[in-house]
Amino acid sequence: MKYEVDKNGFYGDFGGAFVPEMLYPNLAQLRDNYRRICETDDFQKQFRDLLRDYAGRPTPLYRASRLSEKYGANIYLKREDLCHTGAHKINNTIGQILLAKHLGKSRIIAETGAGQHGVATATVCALANLECIVYMGEIDMKRQEPNVARMKMLGAEVRPAKSGSKTLKDATNEAIHDWISNPEDTYYLIGSVVGPHPYPDLVTRFQSVISEEITRQLSEKENRAHPDFVLACVGGGSNAAGAFYHFLDEPGVRLIAVEAGGHGVDSGESAATSVLGKPGIIHGSKTLLMQTDDGQITEPYSISAGLDYPGIGPLHAHLFASGRAEFVSATDDEAMEAGRELCQLEGIIPAIESAHALAALKKIKFDKEDVVVVCLSGRGDKDLGTYIDYFNL
Amino acid sequence: MKERFRISDTDKKLLSVYFTAGFPQRDDTVHIISELEKSGVDFIEIGLPFSDPLADGPVIQHSSSVAIRNGMSAKLLFAQLSRIRESVKIPLVIMGYFNSILQYGVGEFLEKCAEVGIDALIVPDLPLEIYVSDYEQLFAKFGIGMVFLVTPQTSEDRIRQIDATSNAFIYLVSSAALTGNKSDFGKNHEDYFMRVSNMALHNQLVTGFGIHDKATFDSATKFTSGAIVGSAFIRHLEKFGARSISDFVRQFH
Repeated sequence: MKYEVDKNGFYGDFGGAFVPEMLYPNLAQLRDNYRRICETDDFQKQFRDLLRDYAGRPTPLYRASRLSEKYGANIYLKREDLCHTGAHKINNTIGQILLAKHLGKSRIIAETGAGQHGVATATVCALANLECIVYMGEIDMKRQEPNVARMKMLGAEVRPAKSGSKTLKDATNEAIHDWISNPEDTYYLIGSVVGPHPYPDLVTRFQSVISEEITRQLSEKENRAHPDFVLACVGGGSNAAGAFYHFLDEPGVRLIAVEAGGHGVDSGESAATSVLGKPGIIHGSKTLLMQTDDGQITEPYSISAGLDYPGIGPLHAHLFASGRAEFVSATDDEAMEAGRELCQLEGIIPAIESAHALAALKKIKFDKEDVVVVCLSGRGDKDLGTYIDYFNL
Repeated sequence: MKERFRISDTDKKLLSVYFTAGFPQRDDTVHIISELEKSGVDFIEIGLPFSDPLADGPVIQHSSSVAIRNGMSAKLLFAQLSRIRESVKIPLVIMGYFNSILQYGVGEFLEKCAEVGIDALIVPDLPLEIYVSDYEQLFAKFGIGMVFLVTPQTSEDRIRQIDATSNAFIYLVSSAALTGNKSDFGKNHEDYFMRVSNMALHNQLVTGFGIHDKATFDSATKFTSGAIVGSAFIRHLEKFGARSISDFVRQFH
């Protein structure tokens, strides 16, 4: 495949493992073993069984008729919001917890932005009976309070990241610091297609179940395996990587990555990395990155905690640079309106992250016959407070 | 290059001090370097501050954010160092993260290092493999040395590879921790220092991370050529400013 990671962990110019020597043994162990472990029948059976019986897969591919009518296309929603724990994040955490067990690790650490990955990690740690520590930006702990409570209920310890902007970037720094300090027993369960090789590939593979199912479900419903468009939001980009994966080598499928425009791409308060970023290194990966001319990483902004990240996964940087995916952005206001529209047209409250993907429907010109899949990556229960404040409900 | 970092008195241990450029005040750089040399420090690590330093603990993280707020950058640092070799003789090393160097341009950065008289770089997040495949020749072209880290988890094979590529000294990270750890060294640490020391490497070993007083310095250098003090010096600067540097250094002699 053209868009697979190469043997050195790069997608074109992006990726690699730019990490201090302290992390080398752990990453080398993971790099040298993940494919072998994940491709065994035993692993695949455990993974598939848990996805089906525990996470609730396959998730429906739902034809949203009122939304379709409004935008003049056949719009399908890939209902990742119906997964156990409320988002696609569980696909990856199930895969990685099985891997951590195979590697004999006893202590799990994770970073989280919106808290969805933190909840999904706390969930699988409970299931696997492993200690769980989740780093979360102090600001995100406030704006995603219900998820903090869920993690605690599930037995995880939530540690506030108090440095920098106190959001996802800083939570990731803290998790990496923890891993450096605990190199023997600890597994770092990354939540997105970011970080040093092999994480971007590892997470992409576990999330690729999304597009695998879309292919199968579209064949049943539309008698074709490939849609015309796939839309997904991108913070780090795990749901987009999963939703795009099986279509990467199908040039007829237009892949639309939707970034968080915040208050507007030119406002100085945005997280639209493909527009505002340039190549650099963040969290061990060479990718597009929002930074100053001196290479200091800048603070992104989005109303959505899950998209509030100054980089994107190296696969996405490559899809952007090569032109394989089209990158658009949706502002806070556009996303909030799109979120409310889905509630009122389809009776589904989306996560604000996923509402960004929906907001892009307005920005694309469709033909009536076009088959459009929007990855509805998560549900909006965690965002009710933000919605209520925004709309004065 | 390796000779630059050796001292003639083989009984004496090398003392190196790290400070973050631009901290506590933007223009303290030259003063701090001069005072450290006068106080008998054998070589100096100048930290180029980065917003997201993966290997550094809270003390250096803090000094880095203050330095960035003060306006420190690679460009400014090179300007401050432009006449440093008129007065300072001891080896100078820049420690920075790879993104800062990448944005400056790796070739341009090395050229500037050579111009102002920097001897070597420590770039914790530039891995050995990428250095060898993409940058080793460029470092050689400008005569800049490269220092790699070895940790308690580094395998013997990899230590040999690192030794074959390093050309200034090897930075022996004392324990699995970030910079600025304040616990003392125990038998485990000394066993590890001894194990690497017994490998009879081409490069001399200089221990770093967690060296904060005479006791940790002595323990860290029992089997190595010297040690680097970083966070403890930053704490001193935080408390006393760029004054009384000699008092700080004296405790290690």
